[in-house]
Amino acid sequence: MSEQMKPEQEGNISRDASSGAAEDFVITPFPGQERFVAPLDETPLKEVDTVDEDEPATSMWADAWRTLRKNPLFIISGLLIIFILVVAIFPQLFTKLDPNYCTLESSLNPGSSGHPLGFDQQGCDIYSRVIYGTRTSVSVGILTTLIATLFGGVIGAVAGYYGRWVDALLSRITDIFFAIPLLLGAIVVLQMFRTSSSIWKVVLVLALFGWVSVARITRGSVMETKNLEFNTASTALGSSPMRNLFRHVVPNSLAPVIVIATTSLGAYIVSEATLSFLGIGLPSTVVSWGGDISTAQVLLRVHPEVLFYPSLALAITVLAFIMMGDAVKDALDPKSRTA
Amino acid sequence: MGKYLLRRVLQMIPVVIGTTLLIYALVFALPGDPVKAMFGDKPVNEAVAAQIRSEYNLDKPFIVQYLLFLKNALTLDFGKTFSGQQVIDVIGRAFPVTIKLALMAFVFEAIFGVIFGIISGLKKGKWYDTVILIVSLLLISVPTFVTGFVMQFVFGVKWHILPVTAGTNPGFLDLLMPAMVLGSVSMAYIIRLTRSEIASNMNEDYVRTARAKGMTNNAVTMRHILRNSMIPVVTYLGTDIGALMGGAMISERIFNIQGVGNTLYQGILRGEGTLVVSIVTILVLIFVICNLVVDLLYAVLDPRIRYA
Repeated sequence: MSEQMKPEQEGNISRDASSGAAEDFVITPFPGQERFVAPLDETPLKEVDTVDEDEPATSMWADAWRTLRKNPLFIISGLLIIFILVVAIFPQLFTKLDPNYCTLESSLNPGSSGHPLGFDQQGCDIYSRVIYGTRTSVSVGILTTLIATLFGGVIGAVAGYYGRWVDALLSRITDIFFAIPLLLGAIVVLQMFRTSSSIWKVVLVLALFGWVSVARITRGSVMETKNLEFNTASTALGSSPMRNLFRHVVPNSLAPVIVIATTSLGAYIVSEATLSFLGIGLPSTVVSWGGDISTAQVLLRVHPEVLFYPSLALAITVLAFIMMGDAVKDALDPKSRTA
Repeated sequence: MGKYLLRRVLQMIPVVIGTTLLIYALVFALPGDPVKAMFGDKPVNEAVAAQIRSEYNLDKPFIVQYLLFLKNALTLDFGKTFSGQQVIDVIGRAFPVTIKLALMAFVFEAIFGVIFGIISGLKKGKWYDTVILIVSLLLISVPTFVTGFVMQFVFGVKWHILPVTAGTNPGFLDLLMPAMVLGSVSMAYIIRLTRSEIASNMNEDYVRTARAKGMTNNAVTMRHILRNSMIPVVTYLGTDIGALMGGAMISERIFNIQGVGNTLYQGILRGEGTLVVSIVTILVLIFVICNLVVDLLYAVLDPRIRYA
């Protein structure tokens, strides 16, 4: 690191004292070395380095977006996700029924007009519960991803960028959390907060054990980026390490982080459902697919349809996010593309 | 290599201590007094309660409790459960079952994951590639417990091909379905990983060079594409052994297997701190050792990686 910080050792760059103009630099080669820069009047700069300024700038992101738009996987999953988000935000558009209005006399009744999917054991309308469950699963997935990515991203970036003891310390802390499987850790912690009843406890617990993978990937990506030439150049121009980190290193290391964030969103939704299935996730007062699947399991042998619909909704949602992750990965990682 | 191994083993020590301390803190910060819970509805006899507290070290400060636990754990003395059984006996009964289950799941996911992944990767775009890809996506999207229920219902209840539940002392057939359920998600990930590795290696320069030299298609596939594609797959498989042991909880609950997962789950529900911490410690150790072995395997498989 210290060697890269001092590029002036490579050759003496000094201000030309006689001219006085700030732009004028004269490059004095090492003693005994031949002069290698042609005088400016021999090769006018403009003819060599013409840049077509009318052409739109192509950044990695613009390039990725162009690839994404053409990918059928992205279009299908994108439309699905938009639909799922609409259901999550405006469930009342899709059903007029209250998911918590249950009458025991209609327990396990088959579908009828106004109740297309029939009723569960408590006599609640299955269709309405599936619709209202969307919000729970989607918000757990999105919130967990946001928190885990932000926290893991910052830890990983700092560790990768500063290196040395900061990296050693943060990496050991990451290792400690990495050694605890997500589900195992989540069960132990959730047991502590059994009385609290909001989705936030599930979100925070999943994020507590989920940030590790983001941190590891960010760290690797930042370590790769920080040694690239543009960063050394920026340091040579006098940028502070902090400015370098946020202006150059972070934007250029984002791609793998975005890929893992998109892919893990689906995994968090599955984890929430699994915790609710074990009976220690969301409280039963919250309408959720995991909880509904859990209560329907005893009916599997007689009324499998009660278990089927929330499972189907869960699978479609997770599938949409995983397909989106695949598409984003294809677009951001040119190596995985196949010609 | 020897120096690297030593450094990695030394690095493991703070990780294991940190992880056990974290779990210990989480478990013993659980609300509720376990001693009071042992009395149930009966009034608490303070003298007896105090004796139990001192026997389980519950009267000492937290950090002393932890250090005592660590000291005893080194001699495999994990203490007693609340019902008076030695924790090591409970673990000794539960672990063989789960190890058997995890190994079967491991073999299942390794064989089928790699085979389907290779077929799919080499014949990209064919109809069976699409089928394999869709099935693997479905296995990832459907939660394990739903897959488990459906398989239990179809193969066990409807068709009577395999036993519905495993019970105590399960044999190979009893564990077949639970192992498939346990390994299904990882199998899907291995299929996807193998497929994408093969796809990206096919475009590498060394494959083009090999073909240009006039190597036969089979030789190029076996020696260049597959060999290079297997490195990340082996890594994934290695880290998965530890994850399977920890993830057995769902499968064990569905099929009623008295393994580690079930014991641990019941321990958490009853607030059996000692039992929970002991099991989690062992699981973490297995996981950390597996990761170490995988890192060492890297150097064997990939000559480009050499450890300083």
